[in-house]
Amino acid sequence: MKFTVVDGLIIGLYLLVVIAIGVALRRRTKTSEDFFLSGRTIPAWVAGLAFMSANMGAQEVIGMAASGAKYGLATSHFYWVGAIPAMVFLGLFMMPLYYGSRARSVPEYLKLRFDEKTRVLNAATFAFMTIISSGISMYAMGLLLNLVLGWQFDLSIWLWAGVVLLYVFMGGLTSGIYNEVLQFFLIVFGFAPVVILGLVDIGGWPGLVANLAEISQQRGFAADALTTVWRHTGSAAANPLGVGWFGIVMGLGFVLSFGYWCTDFLLVQRAMAAHSLSAARQTPLIAAIPKLLFPVLVILPGMIAMGLTHRAGGIAFPLKPDGSLNYDLAMPLMLARYLPTGLLGLGITALMASFMSGMAGNVTAFNTVWTYDLYQAHIRPNAADKHYLHVGRLATVAGVLLSIAAAYLAARFNNIMDLLQLVFAFVNAPLFATFLLGMFWNRTTGHGAFVGLLSGTIGAALHHGMTISGHGVPGIKGGWIFVAHTYPSEMAQNFATAIVAWTVCFVVTVAVSLVTAPRPAEHLQGLVYSLTVRERKEPTAWYLSPALLAPLVLAAALCLNLIFW
Amino acid sequence: MGLDLRLPIGVLFSALALVLIVYGLISDPAIYARSLGFNVNLGWGCVLLVFGVAMLAASQRRPKK
Repeated sequence: MKFTVVDGLIIGLYLLVVIAIGVALRRRTKTSEDFFLSGRTIPAWVAGLAFMSANMGAQEVIGMAASGAKYGLATSHFYWVGAIPAMVFLGLFMMPLYYGSRARSVPEYLKLRFDEKTRVLNAATFAFMTIISSGISMYAMGLLLNLVLGWQFDLSIWLWAGVVLLYVFMGGLTSGIYNEVLQFFLIVFGFAPVVILGLVDIGGWPGLVANLAEISQQRGFAADALTTVWRHTGSAAANPLGVGWFGIVMGLGFVLSFGYWCTDFLLVQRAMAAHSLSAARQTPLIAAIPKLLFPVLVILPGMIAMGLTHRAGGIAFPLKPDGSLNYDLAMPLMLARYLPTGLLGLGITALMASFMSGMAGNVTAFNTVWTYDLYQAHIRPNAADKHYLHVGRLATVAGVLLSIAAAYLAARFNNIMDLLQLVFAFVNAPLFATFLLGMFWNRTTGHGAFVGLLSGTIGAALHHGMTISGHGVPGIKGGWIFVAHTYPSEMAQNFATAIVAWTVCFVVTVAVSLVTAPRPAEHLQGLVYSLTVRERKEPTAWYLSPALLAPLVLAAALCLNLIFW
Repeated sequence: MGLDLRLPIGVLFSALALVLIVYGLISDPAIYARSLGFNVNLGWGCVLLVFGVAMLAASQRRPKK
């Protein structure tokens, strides 16, 4: 891919604006709440778009196109079953508790609702995890830029991490949020031309369907298996995901998605920064609207790339060292194929922006949890607010440096990273059961929550240790205790692990809660759904009211599932 | 936080649009073979310009409290 002065000028303009925003925000960032929660002043549309892009790190953008190429349209399960219902649930039922309790972080909500030990368990694992995932995505991006543009790995890592550090250090969460909104528009405007040109080239949707039908049949599936979402999920073996409908609905749609969208502080923080309770509730609902449509921008290019492999002079995916296709290159290959100098710069800038905002998202969540939930709670309580602002800025520097270290660790010891990600998956899987019970069953106790979480994590680990997928070898892919069951695919195994973890956590939490002392009702005001004062009518535009947005978004998701059934 | 985000968005996208439009006007048409013969820099640059100017206008029209 050739990178010219014009492309460089476009990236340069973007970097200039990002840093200018940081400088402009620096003067306005006076208190710790300004730095960690944007002083709770963000308008709903800004928070909503930031919420939507906060999970769109480069790894996600690259990964969704890769999955589009590998699994076809079924990848949109991650949007239309995975994300949308969970986002609606968060907006309708959980935000009033998160926002209304005035908790400053998700772990702090756990402290208010349960106890200190549950908070520390959540805060410590979360803080660690943000660093690891930030490092892994940095590593992936460094590798990609090296492969596609020939940029030096060390240089790109230090350079981009430096920019992120600069703007988060100055403007805190607000810088992060503003950059996420810029990233949203850059992705829309950077990827849309690729999708339009690709579709024109391949003969529109019918042309794509025809091309993918042949590829699907070569892989032993029905002709329409790559261009439909539900039709072939009756049996796990009949669809490219290798997961049946039950696994998709329960594992992905319920346990994993609700766990991620409703409890991950990286996302919830964006809604907590909104200027009012109604804006906080609108945040995930507004985010759901572009989320419904984003498969067009991130999954479709991967499908088109795959369709073009079939044509003379089309796209050829390079092979990985193990001989399999390197699907991760789907998006860069499409950018390189259709965009001339100029627009190519815009496409690369969109990738850069998602890389940086993905990292900034992790760093802003990390510095908040570190400062409020670990430092203020355990190391130095009752200091002046200025002190915590200072600690937050230092934590930002530390977070960026630790992410860089994690990136190099990933480059040197890839299997350590795989192992860490696996462990975090065990820790995260049961989380939603804890929140669900905590918010909607007043009887849930702190001991119940804590023991339930630990049991869920152990349950996940045991399930993973006793099962394996299709062609896996016992080890990191499962079966390290003994193999009691074989799943048709790794994804099916992951979904099942999540379901087991959730169920164990749910049952144990209920059981332990019933035998431990309940919390008096006066300590649960505003923390559980039934004891929360209903929202006063705040002035809000009728078209943004949750009562209208929520059913609208759900109906649209249902329609998309039916159209592409 | 007192800084209307529509302003930097408008500035960035208007500036990007101008770069694309100018480059679209002076570039060698041969580079558009890959974009199926369309001068996408010029065309998409105009789209960006409309968006950028609309954001700028919105940030000026209703200044935040």
